[in-house]
Amino acid sequence: MAEFLQLLFSGLTVGAVYALVALGFTLIYNASDVINFAQGDFVMIGGMGTVFLAAAGLSLPLAAFIAILAAVAVGLLLHRLAIEPARGASPVALIMITIGASIFIKGVAQVVFDKQFHSLPAFTGSDPIALGGATILPQSLWVVGGAIVLFVALYLFLERTLLGKAVLATAANRLAARLVGINVKVILALAFGVSAAIGAIAGVLVTPITLTRYDIGTLFALKGFAAAMVGGMGHPLGAVVGGVLIGLMEAFGAGYISSTYKDGVAFLAILLVLFFMPRGLFGGGSVERV
Amino acid sequence: MSLLSVSDLGISFGGVVAVDGVGFSVSPGEVFSIIGPNGAGKTTLFNLVTGIYRPQRGDVRLAGQSLIGLSPHLLVRRGMARTFQNLQIFFRMTTIENVMVGRHLAERSSFLSDLLGLPHVARQNRLTRDAAFALLERVGLAAHADANAGSLPYGALKRLEIARALAAEPKVLLLDEPAAGCNAIETEAIDALIVEIARAGTAVVLIEHDMKLVMKISDRILVLAQGRPLAEGTPRTIRDDPAVIAAYLGDHGSREADRAHG
Amino acid sequence: MLKSALRSRWATLAVLALMIAIVPLIAPSAFYLRVAALVWIFALAALGLTILMGYAGQVSLGHAGFLGIGAYGVAIGPTHLGLSPLLSLILAAALSGVIAYVVGRPILRLKGYYLAIATLGFGLILALIFQSESAVTGGPDGMAVARLTVFGWRIAGAMQWYWVSAGVLLLGAWIALNIADSPSGRALRALHDSEVAAAGAGVDVAAKKLAAFVAAAIYAAIAGGLLACMNGLITPDAASFMHSVEFVAMVIIGGLGSVLGAVVGAAFLIVLPQALTSLQEYEQAVLGLLIMVFMIALPMGIVPSLRNWLTERLA
Repeated sequence: MAEFLQLLFSGLTVGAVYALVALGFTLIYNASDVINFAQGDFVMIGGMGTVFLAAAGLSLPLAAFIAILAAVAVGLLLHRLAIEPARGASPVALIMITIGASIFIKGVAQVVFDKQFHSLPAFTGSDPIALGGATILPQSLWVVGGAIVLFVALYLFLERTLLGKAVLATAANRLAARLVGINVKVILALAFGVSAAIGAIAGVLVTPITLTRYDIGTLFALKGFAAAMVGGMGHPLGAVVGGVLIGLMEAFGAGYISSTYKDGVAFLAILLVLFFMPRGLFGGGSVERV
Repeated sequence: MSLLSVSDLGISFGGVVAVDGVGFSVSPGEVFSIIGPNGAGKTTLFNLVTGIYRPQRGDVRLAGQSLIGLSPHLLVRRGMARTFQNLQIFFRMTTIENVMVGRHLAERSSFLSDLLGLPHVARQNRLTRDAAFALLERVGLAAHADANAGSLPYGALKRLEIARALAAEPKVLLLDEPAAGCNAIETEAIDALIVEIARAGTAVVLIEHDMKLVMKISDRILVLAQGRPLAEGTPRTIRDDPAVIAAYLGDHGSREADRAHG
Repeated sequence: MLKSALRSRWATLAVLALMIAIVPLIAPSAFYLRVAALVWIFALAALGLTILMGYAGQVSLGHAGFLGIGAYGVAIGPTHLGLSPLLSLILAAALSGVIAYVVGRPILRLKGYYLAIATLGFGLILALIFQSESAVTGGPDGMAVARLTVFGWRIAGAMQWYWVSAGVLLLGAWIALNIADSPSGRALRALHDSEVAAAGAGVDVAAKKLAAFVAAAIYAAIAGGLLACMNGLITPDAASFMHSVEFVAMVIIGGLGSVLGAVVGAAFLIVLPQALTSLQEYEQAVLGLLIMVFMIALPMGIVPSLRNWLTERLA
């Protein structure tokens, strides 16, 4: 039971991060039909940026804030310089563009930062809290709590604000959105910016637990992506559920079966979901029109 | 003796009935038209008949054999070919290559012999190309044989689709709005082509909005409304059917039909 | 006339043969021959993707996984099973094809992004296996590979490898060109543009896609086997996601669907890092930037753009 709880806690912690990355994917995918492989690099920028700014003498909150802003700037530039000029390109070309962007960001990061692993101090101490025979790190509570706050904030933004509704409208039908006077370009930029911020916040929250390096983005992107796909591409709730599921499967797979293939769990999950329910858990059916 | 017979066909999508209780039969050499207002279920009916959707009720028989459950590529083998309302052209290929693909079933070569470029593949290519060229001549596109299909005007693409469907030497040809978006001259050409195809013994099933064309070349007409059959008969009976006039043709359409009929 | 000459398969093969003949004449040292041999080998793998992506329009982001199967096949065969390297290479290529056949059935039902991610996941799982099964594969450090011997001839040295890799590439290019202009090739190119219309013409879409996937897997495995034998060493990095991305980039940068394009794309992505060694720190950044710039500015790829330009100039 204690072991089960322990695995549950660690699964929920990483799952929360995957869910955040998946949420970022979903936001951009819904607004622009682009699958952004550089999503994981926002996580890296958040973590690495905070590490280096804090090392330069800034207080942790200020360092984190600036790092998140930096990620937002990168997200906006990505949209402006790479996605917008390639409008109308095929899905494969768009994938390759964001993969190129991801490689580029990593390349710049290893020059601007370095190639070492880095960590941040836990926000509120690192004494484990005992719970039902298992322990949980205070930082894990930060991660899960932060994720929940972000989900709620995003939900309120999308459902309760005019701007958020414009995002949803753009996602539903870009042409119709343009016809009712929504500036689609601004909405797309907004999606990239918000998505980058979500990724970077996830990076800040999780770095005290998992460490960070210039190239950690790839795995986060792939797993966040798996999460988004398991949940059903384009469904924010599906992204969250998918993220938590992948996190739990990884933790329990590593704990009860083998830790060697921990990273394979997410990909096996993608394959199984795609084979048996190609639209994901939350995706509906679709009919091809000819 | 009817060649294609459709009985009591039905399908619904998410609770919405798209096609319900539709039946008809078509004989060789006959032009059978399906008309109806937008959303009447015409294209859905085509997709059911050609195996793109699997019907929830009813049967489709070709020469007595049921086609239900066969995937689309197998229907061609049985002798059924179609064109598409929203053009499905192979835009990265040349005009003649588009028609050559239509000859796929007549081609005798395996993937392995294709890999190795065996001499009989070259012979096969020549045969296919000759047959395709003859079809391009028939639809009046021979001059554009080696042009990229993507560079052809809209009306030509409509005829290219017909040529590609004919390449399979079908017994039944289903044409989904072959004249839509075409100008008067292009429509005239397609009109003559359809008559010629039917005269050669092929059963033609036609979906078309151009009433003038439909009234002129159809042997029989089926009117669909909201997925259900409203009336069936010769152009004359359809034109005079009060239910059809009320539901579909309206005043203007009826005058149009009169004029077409002379 | 000129246009058709530029498109004929013999013209393509002649250009390729010319490239292959010239390199040894101008290469200043064995190092350059080795780089060129690498280009031919990676071009061979890229050619497989030309069939799958360029003709049939089906993306694979896990192509390096099949390269890994070939590479580890020639390493494991002689080391653990006592097979000759040549037989191992052939068996590995066959195994790669069989695995592609089994995996391809469910995977190829997917389209667009979904297909990209499924192939990506499959490639990553393969890479993970190569990395984790240390007892068989040597783990992250990889394993040594025996020299390739063909009927008593032991291939060694940059010059010999240059000609062997060039020969296999020419053979691969010939096959890829044969397909393009055959009933199967037309079927693949047709389903690229419209699956319903291809099926409507009698093309068994699923079977044709699968055939292209299997062919691509065999191309990659043979390339992987040659790579491993030439280097005398194989590490899990060969099967990495990065390599899969590079293959797709080669095919698109060179020109999707163009045989010569695959070779040019491979040359571009192999030679470039060598040229950038002085900027080693920036290598990754430059690579990423180039992929982006090419995708945005030259979406047709180098070879088709060049060909169009040439035909316009000469017409």
